[in-house]
Order: sequence, then structure tokens, then C-alpha cells
Amino acid sequence: MTATTLFEKLWQSHCVEADRDGLPAVIYIDLHLVHEVTSPQAFSLLRERGLRMRQPKRTLATLDHSTPTTPPRADGGRDYADAATEAQVEALVGNCAEFGVTLHGYDSPERGIVHVMAPELGATQPGMTIVCGDSHTSTHGAFGALAFGIGSTEVGHVLATQCLLQHKPKTMAVNVRGRLAHGVSAKDLALHVAGQVGVAGGTGHVIEFRGDAIRALTMEERMTLCNMSIEMGARAGLIAPDATTVEWLRGRARVPSGAAFEASAQRWLGLRSDDAARFDREVEIDAGSVRPTVTWGTDPGKVVAIDARLPAATAANARAFEYMRLRPEAPIAGERVDVVFVGSCTNSRINDLRDAADLLRGRRIATHVRMLVVPGSERIKREAEAEGLDGVFRAAGAEWREPGCSMCLGMNGDIARPGELVVSTSNRNFEGRQGPGVRTLLASPATAAASAVAGVVADPRVLAAEVAA
Amino acid sequence: MSGIARIESRSVALPVANIDTDQIIPARFLTTTTRAGLGRHAFQDWRWLADGSPNPGFVLNRAEHQGAEVLIAGDNFGCGSSREHAPWALLDAGIRAVISTGIADIFRNNALKNGLLAIVVTPAEHASLLAGAGEPIAIDLRTQRIERAGTAPIAFSVDAFARQCLLDGVDQLGYLLARADAITRFEEARA
Ligand code: SF4
Repeated sequence: MTATTLFEKLWQSHCVEADRDGLPAVIYIDLHLVHEVTSPQAFSLLRERGLRMRQPKRTLATLDHSTPTTPPRADGGRDYADAATEAQVEALVGNCAEFGVTLHGYDSPERGIVHVMAPELGATQPGMTIVCGDSHTSTHGAFGALAFGIGSTEVGHVLATQCLLQHKPKTMAVNVRGRLAHGVSAKDLALHVAGQVGVAGGTGHVIEFRGDAIRALTMEERMTLCNMSIEMGARAGLIAPDATTVEWLRGRARVPSGAAFEASAQRWLGLRSDDAARFDREVEIDAGSVRPTVTWGTDPGKVVAIDARLPAATAANARAFEYMRLRPEAPIAGERVDVVFVGSCTNSRINDLRDAADLLRGRRIATHVRMLVVPGSERIKREAEAEGLDGVFRAAGAEWREPGCSMCLGMNGDIARPGELVVSTSNRNFEGRQGPGVRTLLASPATAAASAVAGVVADPRVLAAEVAA
Repeated sequence: MSGIARIESRSVALPVANIDTDQIIPARFLTTTTRAGLGRHAFQDWRWLADGSPNPGFVLNRAEHQGAEVLIAGDNFGCGSSREHAPWALLDAGIRAVISTGIADIFRNNALKNGLLAIVVTPAEHASLLAGAGEPIAIDLRTQRIERAGTAPIAFSVDAFARQCLLDGVDQLGYLLARADAITRFEEARA
């Protein structure tokens, strides 16, 4: 037997037909996640062709991208950004009813951002293939599942056949050694790695994150890291399951219980790259050298440590400097902030909210700053409220909202104004992502909270030291 | 979908690196439940000024580039969101081929499934294409060559299966549906 990588094991075990003679492989999909934005055209395709769904039970739907984050009105209605977003939500409700798909809609206590709620339910499990019409499906790789984003046509393929046509990607190992320093989060690591690998560095590859620094991460932190693999151009990110994975999944609604769980756990723990397995590419990262990191440009690879200066001007970065209205070689800390957003499938989990709340407790955000805190799911919202985090945010002057994607992509009307600088815990800082002309700076929840208090981009370690003192 | 064998058009250059799908079609236009009519919003925030008038500085708005079907773009084109609305918008805006030194995985997949050619060339070939931007160009999918008057043709390769589907004008769902027996056997073996 030749030594194989985790990716290869997942691939082999899902090959209905291997690739041959230039024909793509037929890959079986265990779990298909669906939301309102990229699915309507796929359901239409089924109707046009007179097709049924092959395995409706393998599809799970939720509402997240275009849903308002303000509470329902007294009459039960919701304040949609426009009639089109409302129609989109209604289309998914109708499609799920027609085709027999389980939908976690407004009436479900499990509704949330698709990449947050599926793991919470235990629908995401090691060894699975998982797809969704959403590029951040890479998040689920944190569990040792092969998970990647697809387009709407492919959503239709999965609905109709439970399979996808795929060419085998290459493999890349990102070895993270050592230990993250105190006050440095998984988001800082993700941004640091994106800076090292570059936004196209992972193109055509599946990344496996390995090393003692990765083993030390919680599941929430692993999800934050795998979430951003797509920001390195990779098809998917992967972390081999271990005891942390098994314990996180134990007792969740969709995992087996009792002896069946133990049997699954044994199988999951066998899912790892063989010691002698070779990767097409390897990248080494020293975790100890990572500092709190933010983006400064208009792609997630343009990063800078919070206490460092911006790069010198080059032809390649001139456009980013111009859009962001930043000066080459200036410090990033101290830049005036208008809006702070804590949320998105990268950083809206309970640990993220705690990180932000820890720095806000007993403080007020700067008077010129507007801050939105948007939990990733109904479950996280309940958990945060039980801990009193909502009260901390409100007392600090921040808005506590209903779950959804919100300002991560601004489809639901949660956007900033042209020219405003948003410190955001989301994953994309593209031009106009949070509204036309809006400047986005990606950061960890701690950096976001510290910047809200200071009113300028701020190093969270400074505020954390005050909290400790 | 009718077959695509050859595209003959003028080219237009947009040599910006890392053009993401939010740039190609911003999220606020993803609220549609159909594929149609997105062309007006292709490159929305570059193409239109805040008052709704065309941005005279944006290359696709210039009179001489109207009708150009071949876009020569910067590296890592189509990165970011998986939205298939990006190729839908480009096709609806009249773009039938994108040529770059790098094209993001999901965008390339989405493009080829919709009949938008996504072609990767070397940096030297890219530079030569940029130098000739605005001139007539032909992309032949049968021979996998880019042809221009007065210069040697540039060979490219498109995934063989996707290419055959495009040439024959068939979509990939038909191929998958024909695998139903194999899929059933796979499901039974795992049950
Ligand atoms: S939170 Fe943002 S990145 Fe995540 S699924 Fe929603 S829109 Fe996509």
C-alpha cells in the first residue's frame, strides 16, 4: 500500500467512478447544504427537466444570506432590504416544501449561517463529502470532511444525482508548528497564512492544516482557519479529526448515540494522512511568530501585523492603497474607524462573542463608532444571552442583532456608507463588499472590539492588559 | 445550449489582478431567482457612477470596445465568492471568453458549464495579448488556439470533458444522469 493523504482517502471513498481518459470523476456527496441565494436557479433546473431529487434527506437548508437581522415587527412581518430578497426567501421555503427538503427557517431554533448551523446540528461529520453553493463551505473541513463550494448549476447536479463531476485537485500541506502566543487568535493565524500563501497560492489544491499548533486549536478555531482556505485560492481546507473533534460532536442532534457513536468515533480517528504521505506542496508556518493581524488592502492576502507599518508602494499595490485611502509605510494602528462588525461564518461563534465581550465589559465604544454584533445562529444567540453577553454589548453601545450573514456581504441591507472604514471579523475585504465605496479591514473579534473602544484601529493586547490589571 | 466552436471578436483589456466575483457582480444584485438580466450589473461599481451614469473612465464603457466578446483580464480572475451569477452576468453583457494568467477554480468551473470560455495563458503570451488588445482575435475551441493576424497562434488547453460538452452543445447533467446505475450500486455498497 502506498502512503496516502487524508484528502486522497476521502476522495477514494467517494469515487462512484474514478477519473479516466480525461473524463472527470463522479464523486458522491454525503451532505448538501442549501441557502436562499444560490439555489433558486437549481430548483428551477429540476422543474424544467421534470426531475426529482435523488436523496432529499441528504440536503439541509437554512435562511441566512438575505435575511434581515432586525427582529420581526409586531405584525410578524420582517423588514427586508427589498421585495427581491423577500421573494428569494419565499422561493426557498416553497422549493423545500415541494421537494421534501428539511428547512431551518424562521420558525426553527437551529436557523443560522449555513456553515455555523450545520456543524452545531452534528450534520457535519468527519469523513463526509459536503458541498454548498457557497465558497466558505471549506469551513466544514475543520472536521476532516472534504467540503467545498460549488456554483448553482452544480447545486442542480447534486439535487438531481447526489453526485458531482470533479477533477482531482492537488494537495498542499500547511504545517503550523509551535504555539500561538497569548492574545493571538485563529483569525490572526488565518490572515497570517493568507498573507504567506497569497490569494492564488492554493489554486487547484486542497490544503491540509497540520502540526502541533493546529492540534491545540478548539473546533471553533479550526473552523475559523478552514473557513479562510478559500481566501488562499484553495478548493478546500482540511484538518484531521482527533479527540477534540470527537468530543465536540458527542451528543449533537444528527450524530449517532451510544455504541454507534463510539464506533463512528473509532472510524473518524483513523482518518489521517499516513506518515509517509507526500503532498504536492508544503508550506511551513511558525505559530509563535504570528501577531494580531489585519488586512489593509482589497484582497485577504494583503495583511499587516497590527503593530507594523504598511508595505512600501509598488505598481501591484497602488490600486489597493488608493481604494483604501491609506499611505504606504504608515502604521495601520491609529487609523480612524467608522463601523465595527462582529459576525459572519468566520467569527460569529460563542468564543468569538466572548472574546469581543471580554474587552467591552464595563467600557463604551467610541462615540463616532457604530458597532453591530451578529451571532452566527439562533443557538449562539440563546447561548450568548444566557451568559449575558448581549447586555455587555448593549451597555457598550453596540447593536445586538438577529442571526444571519449581515454585513459580511451586505445583501440584507446591513451595509456601511461610501468611504467608511469597517473593522470586520468577516473574510472578504473586496472593493464594495460591504457597500459601494466601503473600505473593509478584516480582523479578529478582539481586534474589532479594541478598535471599537479606541475609535481607531487598535492592538487588542493593549486593552487586554488593562482588563487584566 | 448550442455548441461553441469558434469565437471571433475584438478583445478588450482589463489587466487588474485578483478581480473577484464581488467586482464582477456585487452581492446586492444576487437577489434574483433567475439567470437572466444580470449583464447590466456586470462590473457595476466600476462601470456606473453613483448617479447612475456610465463611468467614462472604465474601459468597457468606451465606444471602441462596444461589442468586444473577449476579455483579457489580470491574474487570478474570478476569485472569491462561488456565485454563478458572475459568469451569467458576463455572458449577458456579451463577454464569451476570458483570458488570464490565472483563473480561480470555482469561477472556471462555473464559466465552462455556461459556455463562457475561461482560458489560461503564460505571462509572456498574456503580455502579447495585452499589447494587441482592441484588435480582432479568434478563439478556436476545436484546435485550442488563439489566432491573431500577424502573430503566431497561441495554444491553450481547456479541460477535455468540458470542451467536448461545449463543442457538442450538451450539458454535464445529462452525463451524470446517465450514471444512475453506478450511483445506485455505490449507494447499495455503502448501505
Ligand atoms: S457569513 Fe459571509 S462568507 Fe459566510 S456564508 Fe454568509 S455571506 Fe458567505
